[in-house]
Amino acid sequence: MGDWKTITVPVLSSDSKNIFQYTSEKKISPPSMNSQVLRLPLPSSKSMHSFFSAFCTEENIEQSISYLNRELTTLGFPSIYTESKGKELNLISIINCMNELLALQHKNLRAQEEVEMQHLKLGCDMDHLQNCYAKLKEQLELSKREIVGLQERDRQLQSKNRNLHQLLKNEKDEVQKLQNIISSRATQYNHDMKRKEREYNKLKERLHQLVMNKKDKKIAMEVLNYVGRADGKRGAWRTDKTEARNEEEMYKVLLSDYEQRQKQLLVENAELKKVLQQMKKEIISLLPPQKQKPRERSEDGPVLSDLEEDIGELNKENMWELSCETVREQLTNSIRKQWRMLKNHVEKLDNQVSRVHLGTLNEKDVISREDHELETEKLELEIQQCKEMIKTQQQLLQQQLMSPCDDDTTLLLQDCYLLEERERLQEEWTLFREQKKNFEKERRSFTEAAIRLGLERKAFEEDRGAWLKQQFLSISTDCKHSENVTSPSAFLGSKCSDQDNRLVKSTSQQRRPRCTLSVPVSAEPCQTSQYITRHSSGTASKKPAGDSKPNQWVESDKEAE
Amino acid sequence: MNFSELFKLSGLLARFSPDGKCLASCMQYRLVVRDVSTLQILQLYTCLDHIQYIEWSSDSLFVLCAMYKRGIVQVWSLEQPDWHCKIDEGSAGLVASCWSPDGRHILNTTEFHLRITVWSLCTKSVSYIKYPKACQQGIAFTKDGRYMAVAERRDCKDFISIFVCSDWQLLRHFDTETQDLFGIEWAPNGCVLAAWDTCLEYKMLLYSLDGRLLSTFRAYEWSLGIKSIAWSPSSQFLAIGSYDEKVRILNHVTWKKITEFEHPATIANTRTIVYKEVEKSPSVETERLSFPPTRALASSLFSTQSKYDISQVPVSLQYIKPVADRANPKMGIGMLAFSPDNCFLATKNDNIPNAVWIWDIQKLKLLVVLEQLCTVQSFQWDPRQPRLAVCTGNSRVYLWSPAGCVSVQVPGEGDFQIVSLSWHSSGDSMVLLSKDNFCVCYLDREETEMSAGDSNCAWSTTDVLH
Repeated sequence: MGDWKTITVPVLSSDSKNIFQYTSEKKISPPSMNSQVLRLPLPSSKSMHSFFSAFCTEENIEQSISYLNRELTTLGFPSIYTESKGKELNLISIINCMNELLALQHKNLRAQEEVEMQHLKLGCDMDHLQNCYAKLKEQLELSKREIVGLQERDRQLQSKNRNLHQLLKNEKDEVQKLQNIISSRATQYNHDMKRKEREYNKLKERLHQLVMNKKDKKIAMEVLNYVGRADGKRGAWRTDKTEARNEEEMYKVLLSDYEQRQKQLLVENAELKKVLQQMKKEIISLLPPQKQKPRERSEDGPVLSDLEEDIGELNKENMWELSCETVREQLTNSIRKQWRMLKNHVEKLDNQVSRVHLGTLNEKDVISREDHELETEKLELEIQQCKEMIKTQQQLLQQQLMSPCDDDTTLLLQDCYLLEERERLQEEWTLFREQKKNFEKERRSFTEAAIRLGLERKAFEEDRGAWLKQQFLSISTDCKHSENVTSPSAFLGSKCSDQDNRLVKSTSQQRRPRCTLSVPVSAEPCQTSQYITRHSSGTASKKPAGDSKPNQWVESDKEAE
Repeated sequence: MNFSELFKLSGLLARFSPDGKCLASCMQYRLVVRDVSTLQILQLYTCLDHIQYIEWSSDSLFVLCAMYKRGIVQVWSLEQPDWHCKIDEGSAGLVASCWSPDGRHILNTTEFHLRITVWSLCTKSVSYIKYPKACQQGIAFTKDGRYMAVAERRDCKDFISIFVCSDWQLLRHFDTETQDLFGIEWAPNGCVLAAWDTCLEYKMLLYSLDGRLLSTFRAYEWSLGIKSIAWSPSSQFLAIGSYDEKVRILNHVTWKKITEFEHPATIANTRTIVYKEVEKSPSVETERLSFPPTRALASSLFSTQSKYDISQVPVSLQYIKPVADRANPKMGIGMLAFSPDNCFLATKNDNIPNAVWIWDIQKLKLLVVLEQLCTVQSFQWDPRQPRLAVCTGNSRVYLWSPAGCVSVQVPGEGDFQIVSLSWHSSGDSMVLLSKDNFCVCYLDREETEMSAGDSNCAWSTTDVLH
């Protein structure tokens, strides 16, 4: 498509445009003239005369001439009359006018062809665009339908969603309701239970009164003799004293339990402290070289270091024996700091390790590139050799297997054979290598030759261009001569019929085959015109084939799409 | 491992004496006391009715036999066989009876929980505790026997009374913030009392001996709550099994939850060992089959053996969906027990009745799952070492120790369906109880350890390695 659009109409000079306007009336005539020429390659003078007689006869020659003069002067040509002699015809001026008219005619022809081509191209373009338009329209329809479908679905989903929301809400309401019911029932149940229990208690009370009255002799213990207490003591009376003692006992029990627990905790604490101390020591022993840096780096370094010193002192003074509360903050701070340092240290180490790792990797990469290839080559060679060895060995083995008679002589022979074979193979190998080298050389020379050839071709192309230019120039001069002969047909176009119009199309479409016909006389101007068009279009874009086959062009365009 | 012959039994009533010398068992209205080592009958007492409950006094000198139907308690002395004591609760009735820790008092709960009568064997004195609450675990003694906690209910409110056992003096009396107190249990150290609410509400309250509320723990609301609890022997942990099939473990410092043990039907963790009990009829080699078959071979053909295989995880356990519209659904953690060394916790999820879960308390992780063929009826830890005995209502007893696990067939003819078991305090023997019989199982110390550790466990550990 882009190419189509970038094709520029061959530039027409302003004056030629003007002329174009003048001659626009006879636009259709030149191709008809051409066709005329085709049909009548050599019009007889008679017929020509008869043809012209319509305009100019013996009687009205004067009027004709004056008319022509008038017309020409209006067209801006110099008068065909000699100025000095009044009615005398100026032949030179006439011829000049004629020549100019012919040139104009040519130009117009060319312009027309281009316009036609343009028209054709545009027509194709139009078709293509229409096709595109139709397709897009279809697509649009489709999309619209799709959109409608999707909208419908969306609507459905939304409605479904709404329904689900409604359902959810209902369910939630239901849950709420059920919860309310449950709680109300629970309260009701509890209330009833309480009521029933009260009744039950009343009944129990009554039963108690009834059953436990002293009259019931049955409730009794028959015992042979009372036994002594397990501890051998006698039962004591319940007094305030015993009560107090019981309380005391209870608290003693509790106290002992708490004491025990405290002891356990103390032991645990001591162990933890020990672990902490050990860890701290280890961290410190790990860190000494690192200590300076973080202190320098961190802003709160001095404060912390002070603290640390304090703690260090405390440490010496057996801070571990102090209760945690007094030194807790310092302890946690110092531990945290040391931990941070350790973390930094570890991270740094990690970084270093990774860096070193990367570095080694890089170095390796840099060094090896060249060595690597050499090495691989060597190894490959070795592999090849080994493979061959294996192959030969296999062969030998097979041979051996095939001939089960294992004479010493055969074995020896085989050995010899193997050695020989190997040597031969090695020789072959070296030969092959040499050949390979030679091939390489040849290939290099070939590439050079190809480059040279390319350069030469370029020079040749330039030459050819120059030659073509020359040729054209020479042809254009020739053309001028030939136009002198065929010019009458230009007038013929003004009165061309519709039938000719149809012919225009055909000619434009079938120009190339016609050109190749190369009709001796009239084909010449046509050919020159084609040269020109080709030249001009060639400068704009190289589409000579497209000119002749627009349909194909569209197709290729489609493909390009 | 040796087994005694089967002895007749009624009401699952066979108990080792606390000193470990005697074994008391009941046969309808007869109380038989045997020597543990020889199983010879030492004493034989005849009660007035079918015995429904027996209990040894703490000094192993007396045995209490309760006949709830008649409202009578009879006490027998081992030292003086002709000494007798009969306590009649008369028309008040009797629903529960127990020894006080000193072994000289008997606490009888009358019908309708009207009161608790404290009868003394030393004096004529009788004490009453009014308003006891009718709940699963309404009386709790501290391990040292000094204090007793009693759940009470007055004016539709729950209370706890703490008594000094030596003179039954009320030490503390306080109300609890419970809807319907369900149970109370002292920590082994005797300083903390755990009290939990009815299953309608998940609520665990922890009280100090002096009646202060130490902490309250609520894991969730609305759904069914606590089903069972267990203190660790060190009093460090309180394991709470609930209806949501989880065990939550609280610590004794903050009384906050340390961890949560779930009991899913699928075990996916590769660290967990799943022992699956498989039943195998003995393989018969056709070459060895003779005609007519020998008697031994014939009998062996019809008996099945069981052993443990190690299942490859993930394992799906048999899961029973509880019926939602029934009360007391069979779901949640119904049994849980700490090993005596605090290292392991055994649990049973009632939804998965065939499995026993053993948790490592040090790592707080599931260690082992025993997948049985039948429903687990009961399990109990060896009081001396981490060794768990399990019974599943058949004639086998199963033992697990960290080294592995074994299934042991109780020899003997006839049906012997073990539904309960109880360890001797030395850990050398245990009594296996069925509905009508009991037998004593002796675990020779060296032998059992070796056999449990070697014969069956060798393959299990190697299997784990593979």
